Amino acid sequence: MSVKHHISDDFLIDYASGSLSEGWSLAVASHLALCPECRQRLYTMEGAAGALLDKAGESASEDDAWARFKARTIDIKVEEIKPAAATTAKSKAVLPEPLRSYLGGDLGELKWRALGRGAYQILIDTKDPETQVRLLRIPAGKPVPEHTHEGRELTLVLAGSFRDGDDLFARGDIEEADGDLLHTPTATEGEDCICLAVTEAPLKFSSWIVRLVQPILKI
Amino acid sequence: MNKKNSGGLAADDLAKAEMVRLLSIVGRERSADAFEAIFRFYAPRVRSFMAAKTKDRQAAEELMQETMTAVWNKAGQFDPARGNVSAWIYTIARNVRIDAFRRKRPEFDANDPAFVADDVAPADQEFQQIQEAQLLRGAMATLPEEQLDVLRRAFFDEASHSTIARDLGVPLGTVKSRIRLAFEKLRSSLEGRL
Repeated sequence: MSVKHHISDDFLIDYASGSLSEGWSLAVASHLALCPECRQRLYTMEGAAGALLDKAGESASEDDAWARFKARTIDIKVEEIKPAAATTAKSKAVLPEPLRSYLGGDLGELKWRALGRGAYQILIDTKDPETQVRLLRIPAGKPVPEHTHEGRELTLVLAGSFRDGDDLFARGDIEEADGDLLHTPTATEGEDCICLAVTEAPLKFSSWIVRLVQPILKI
Repeated sequence: MNKKNSGGLAADDLAKAEMVRLLSIVGRERSADAFEAIFRFYAPRVRSFMAAKTKDRQAAEELMQETMTAVWNKAGQFDPARGNVSAWIYTIARNVRIDAFRRKRPEFDANDPAFVADDVAPADQEFQQIQEAQLLRGAMATLPEEQLDVLRRAFFDEASHSTIARDLGVPLGTVKSRIRLAFEKLRSSLEGRL
């Protein structure tokens, strides 16, 4: 089993540079956990950033930065930093990190909320106002329930699979969609499809009067 | 390897291999002398990386000091098999900057049971990665300035693609295609190694 649908350079460079917001980053990082090929692409990008760093600002030649560093860091006794203990609690997991920690557990331990017609979801809390993040469970053979979204959408398959047009998306595959693209992904027969879906958060206007006319103007 | 045109590139490779050696010494022996060489090379560069976003010299200096402290403390975790000190220090600087702006960047965990590992034999990795770092530097030197400029704005200024397009006065699609072309070139030069 290997991943066939990868994250685009567009998303990956923003993840590499750190400018991608938390919600999108959660989907990208969880895809990277399942896709060695995209991790190589990430390392190439970080390597490019490192090469740019080499060429950056060789201006300040003589300053006291080293003396200050030495006084602050080296000459005082530093605690030995131990590498974080590996999480040995589980020998098997379906949901990869960082997603599992956001959900507080693996597949068997989740509290799903019914969406109707056999579909379930869990809203995932982030500090990111830009995105809405949820885990979806789509019953085998059924279409993904209608969800309105504007702008970009990332869908990462974690179990089962879905079909969108001619494309099959299975574990580790990630689909990028645009708001203006009409698509009706359908879970494959035989197994429920569990996927992480990140969408752009609905626009929220701070002024109550704008909020009031928002449904009328359909903005 | 066929396009090494000047002695400068080879000297650069030597300098980088030396950085891998020095950082490993720091990791093993906590040698301040070895670290001084690393610091004198990277500190001004990390400082200008920080200044690209903060525009404040004092804050950039502070973030640089913080980054170099993390490099000193984590030297033992540097994996020579990744071979690329500049890339490693870049990721540390990036993370310091993300923390400073109180943002979050979720990361995968290579020790996670659900993590799908590479199937490359670890024995070949160290040599391969050092060679890869060299090829990457060589390929970077061949990128047109307009592509390098977009990468610099993305990595140093953390500018969004639409901001880059606006600042350069080019369509968004142009920015995206420069990014794509740059990485296609870098990736194909790495694939050519085998």
